[in-house]
Amino acid sequence: MAKPRVATTSLAGCFGCHMSLLDIDERILQLIELVDFDKSPIDDFKNFTGRCAVGLIEGGCCNEENVAVLRDFRAHCDVLISVGDCAIMGGIPALRNTIPLEECYREAYLEGPTVHNPAGRIPNDPELPLLLNKVYPCHEVVKVDYHLPGCPPLADTLWQALVALLNNQPLELPYELVKYD
Amino acid sequence: MSQKIELTIDGREISAVPGQTILSAAEEAGVYIPRLCHLKGLTPHGSCRICTVLVNGRPQSACTQPVAPGMLVENDTPKVNGLRRNLLDMLFVEGNHFCMFCEKSGNCELQALAYRFGITAPKYPYMFPQRTLDASHPDILIERNRCILCGRCVRASQELDGKHAFDFIGRGAHKRLHVNAEARLADTDAAVEDRAVAACPVGSLLRKRVGYALPVGRRAYDHQPIGSEISAAAPQG
Ligand code: SF4
Ligand code: SF4
Ligand code: FES
Repeated sequence: MAKPRVATTSLAGCFGCHMSLLDIDERILQLIELVDFDKSPIDDFKNFTGRCAVGLIEGGCCNEENVAVLRDFRAHCDVLISVGDCAIMGGIPALRNTIPLEECYREAYLEGPTVHNPAGRIPNDPELPLLLNKVYPCHEVVKVDYHLPGCPPLADTLWQALVALLNNQPLELPYELVKYD
Repeated sequence: MSQKIELTIDGREISAVPGQTILSAAEEAGVYIPRLCHLKGLTPHGSCRICTVLVNGRPQSACTQPVAPGMLVENDTPKVNGLRRNLLDMLFVEGNHFCMFCEKSGNCELQALAYRFGITAPKYPYMFPQRTLDASHPDILIERNRCILCGRCVRASQELDGKHAFDFIGRGAHKRLHVNAEARLADTDAAVEDRAVAACPVGSLLRKRVGYALPVGRRAYDHQPIGSEISAAAPQG
């Protein structure tokens, strides 16, 4: 029987949540017995090869590409999980949400104390994904089934959640595994 | 001599004295009623409504409602806890609570209540309000992004410190914590040892240069849900 497939991605995140997944240590060997990875930085598959049982999303949506990837995940995954505070509430990238976008650009490319940009140009190549007006948590863009908070979530949190879902058990985390920091 | 008043909380008979609130009577009987704006020793405020219980079927704030004979109080039930969850969700989205870099994380009562209720994400859209910070005082910081307007600092300053360092101004979504000086906290008589500073349940009023004094794993709510000490003191049998 084919193993269930798991996909992961980092949207506006720092890869800390993926690091936490690697932090399950030798249990990673058990994990690859249980599942095959599909689209994920772990195997560097760029596109989905088929239907996935679980999609893990790190990071929120700060640009149009994040939104496209997130929608792609929703379309391909039976269960979608927001992993970490960035995916759940925008996290550190959302600190820009109380500052107008124009001011962010000006500070980043023109007026910041370490900026050297004599031409005064703000990057606008069509290759660059368009920034959204603010950073959105994933569940404000698509339906998300579960949230694993933390910055990043503990490795045990990720492990217990995956094991529960892959065994069709209800996802109930003990008190000590629900943490926001 | 004061007479005893008998009432029932979640099917358990408890006795109280006249004039006592439901919250304090419950606490004496070892029943924890979640609370946020209430702090023992301060006049009840009744503003956060986290302590909401159903009294004979009607919602009441337990920290302000006096006991009466024969009351049937529902506290730890799915319905009441659902109401509290919604209130907590609202407190999170109405402020800017970035727990990942908050010094109060692990010792924060708002966060601890969310942990207690198993909240993994609020159900309402985040508002990301524009708030200000006052770092003018040499020893104390006001981080309004995290202020939940509980008024504990306001009351503690007045009632315990004999000062009037803090107050609220504005209404509704524009209500905010202010100081009793023209502009800045530094211009008030607030001092770092004031009870008002320690009264803040969240990371809004902070002592400077203390930071992350307790390592992860040793903070107040790392292992036991908030309120555990109250229910642990319940009489056995
Ligand atoms: S005050 Fe509490 S809830 Fe708010 S950011 Fe700090 S730890 Fe989180
Ligand atoms: S600063 Fe703290 S104690 Fe004062 S009103 Fe805000 S949350 Fe409450
Ligand atoms: S604790 Fe009773 S209303 Fe806040």
